[in-house]
Amino acid sequence: MNVAFINPFIESTVTTFRNMLSTEIKPLAPMLKKDLHPTYDISGVIGLSGLAQGIIAIGFSKDSALSTVTKFIGGKVNKSEMIDAVGELVNIVAGYAKKDLTEYDLAISLPNVVLGEAHHVTTPTGVPAIVVPFDSPLGNFSMEVALITPKK
Amino acid sequence: MRILLVDDSSTMRRIQKTQLDGLGITDVLEAENGEHALRQIADHMPIDIVLLDWNMPVMDGITTLQNIRSNSAYSGIKVIMCTSESEKTKVVEALKNGANNYIVKPFTPEALKEKVLG
Repeated sequence: MNVAFINPFIESTVTTFRNMLSTEIKPLAPMLKKDLHPTYDISGVIGLSGLAQGIIAIGFSKDSALSTVTKFIGGKVNKSEMIDAVGELVNIVAGYAKKDLTEYDLAISLPNVVLGEAHHVTTPTGVPAIVVPFDSPLGNFSMEVALITPKK
Repeated sequence: MRILLVDDSSTMRRIQKTQLDGLGITDVLEAENGEHALRQIADHMPIDIVLLDWNMPVMDGITTLQNIRSNSAYSGIKVIMCTSESEKTKVVEALKNGANNYIVKPFTPEALKEKVLG
């Protein structure tokens, strides 16, 4: 995976939290995903297609999701609102990152949200994923990006 | 001022509604896709502003925009695209199809205020 793919998604995540949650978050060192960690209680996943293909996911623990979404929406949330909000967060992050990846003519899918204690995000076969943990005052979370350009 | 919020995300509609309420705008309608939006417009004219998402199931934002602009009875509606589609080509496409303005998500409350009241 071209590591240059990762920076637009990191910048987009930071900007999304700054603009829409009035929250400053800090990206920690990216790492190549080698096993079934990290795990999440709720994650939002979006497919990317075009001249590069793969997925972006953002995953939270139950507590960090609750505090993040409560701040995002500006009030208490129920389960369905939680699911919608996590999907919208990853949708915004993916969409905003596209402006720095125009050469790949990326299209994004509608978001999918996965609920389940300690689940992990599986990336497409043969597509290595990079995990970026974020330090957030609302509770830490991670982003995973798995994106490749098909061989010609 | 009557505003129609069109977004498949109930989260985004709730955020926009809260921010508009802070501007003193309380006459706010909602729609979860383009088809629903066209029904809301037909049933609730006059509508001053439509805040329109791009990527939605059933009918997307650009098709909705084209439908609005094809009806002369709706010529007074100001359409503001409010979308995560951030590339310049998308902005140009929306403006060519009759959008009056464009807000890229993630937006600040100040940006929404400027586009709605500006």
